[in-house]
Amino acid sequence: MSESDTISRLQAALPDARVQPVEGAKDPTFLVEGDLLQAAAWLRAEGGYDFLSSVTGVDRGDHFEVVYHLYRTQGGGPLVLKVAGPWEKAEVPSLVGVWPAAELQEREAYDLLGITFLGHPDPRRILLWEGFPGHPLRRSFENKTFAHAEMRATMTSDEVPHAEN
Amino acid sequence: MLRTETLSINMGPQHPSTHGVFRMVLTLDGERVVDLVPHFGYLHRGIEKLAEGRTYLQNVPFTDRLDYISGMSNNLAYALAVEKLAGMGPMPERAEYLRVIMAELTRLANHCVAIGFLLNDLGAFFTPVLYCLRQREYIVDLFEMASGSRMTPSYIRPGGVAGDVPPEFLPAVRKLLAQMPSFIDQLDQLLTGNEILMARMQGVGVLPPERAVALGVTGPLLRASGVPYDVRTAEPYSVYGQLDFDVVTEQGQDAYARYLVRIGEMRQSVRILEQALARLPEGPVMAEGVKRIRPPAGEAYARIEAPKGELGFYLVSDGTPNPYRYHIRATSLANLGALRDMCIGHLVADVVIILGSIDITLGEVDR
Repeated sequence: MSESDTISRLQAALPDARVQPVEGAKDPTFLVEGDLLQAAAWLRAEGGYDFLSSVTGVDRGDHFEVVYHLYRTQGGGPLVLKVAGPWEKAEVPSLVGVWPAAELQEREAYDLLGITFLGHPDPRRILLWEGFPGHPLRRSFENKTFAHAEMRATMTSDEVPHAEN
Repeated sequence: MLRTETLSINMGPQHPSTHGVFRMVLTLDGERVVDLVPHFGYLHRGIEKLAEGRTYLQNVPFTDRLDYISGMSNNLAYALAVEKLAGMGPMPERAEYLRVIMAELTRLANHCVAIGFLLNDLGAFFTPVLYCLRQREYIVDLFEMASGSRMTPSYIRPGGVAGDVPPEFLPAVRKLLAQMPSFIDQLDQLLTGNEILMARMQGVGVLPPERAVALGVTGPLLRASGVPYDVRTAEPYSVYGQLDFDVVTEQGQDAYARYLVRIGEMRQSVRILEQALARLPEGPVMAEGVKRIRPPAGEAYARIEAPKGELGFYLVSDGTPNPYRYHIRATSLANLGALRDMCIGHLVADVVIILGSIDITLGEVDR
């Protein structure tokens, strides 16, 4: 069964949610609006996606995204789920209850990006220490050690350093 | 009735059996573990943040330093992700075979280290590990021959490999392969039936298959729980689809089964290497025109079966020469998620063995 068939079955099972394909991704990617927890539970129970490979977040400037990469242990390609929201309310439901694999990776996304996972059993920082100011993977994070903004400014020009390597 | 209390003790970060700077807070009832909370991040270097300020090619050396025991595998996963993101066509076939050769040599080296240090943890202090490290040394010598570096090769790059192997490389691999099976047999004969080893490892750290899948563990850990899941066959990459090998599984679900899976995988790696050497074609090792990598806006996720399990790279491009977002799905981090489950109810001395049987590298956990 192809990923889009699975998604149309999911859409039929959950009429309140909106699940739409995302353009520009290399893998079948779908943006979920509505009850993420229900959609995840359905995909695990009915869709056969028993293995959650990766959970991470992306800072898209004005909004954030959380990206889930799902697989079946019987083999085959991924199904990518996305949720998006404004930074002012950076909260998504935790999927630890559906895939316990999400526990450490959701903590990492919270630590580095400041996305809150509601209902997470242990919502602490994981790599950085308690009291660390800010969330470093946000675009707005400024730190002289990384000199991120300046570096990016020099490298986005056409002159790529060491281009001949 | 004697009143007893649970006791919290701290193990690590400076503890020889934690394989790096890793800390566990154990809650003990006598010698039994009631709860375990892992703490890490001591080796956090912010690689994901650093990557956003560098070009796709400049990011290759960072990948060596994730799981520093198996640098070549990290290079491969990253290269595959960049190639997928940039939509690069098929790579030269010689490059693909060289990649497979390097990836399987890495698996042999990694399992040598994993088994050797597991025996250290068991109390067989430093004699077995030196045999294993000697064997690994022959393999990292090969990496040095091909790339100039033992542990940080940066050899597999987007578009192919950094350069062709020197003429003395292939004879040296053949020589290693001729001697490798007898080394594996030697390990097998010395250890597999060993009474102390069996007494300490059987029934320790049991992880049932459903729980293993739910916790997202991969690699030898998952296959030792009886789940025949291997990215090389589940979603073949590079030229693995053309090679003949078995996915090694064990039904024991315990630390001993993980050891057996690693021994079995070393034998399969030798099989893969023999086929890859026999089929290695002549030709270029780098795709044409891979000078400046500037993928179109989009995102891609690529994963491989690294020696420790599934290693994935998630890249987002905004059309500039730098990745907009660079995320590593670290094998060791995901596998550590099962540590608490496996340790509860066991003795403190078993925690050391269970951690050793997971086979973590802190460079990858903390990034």
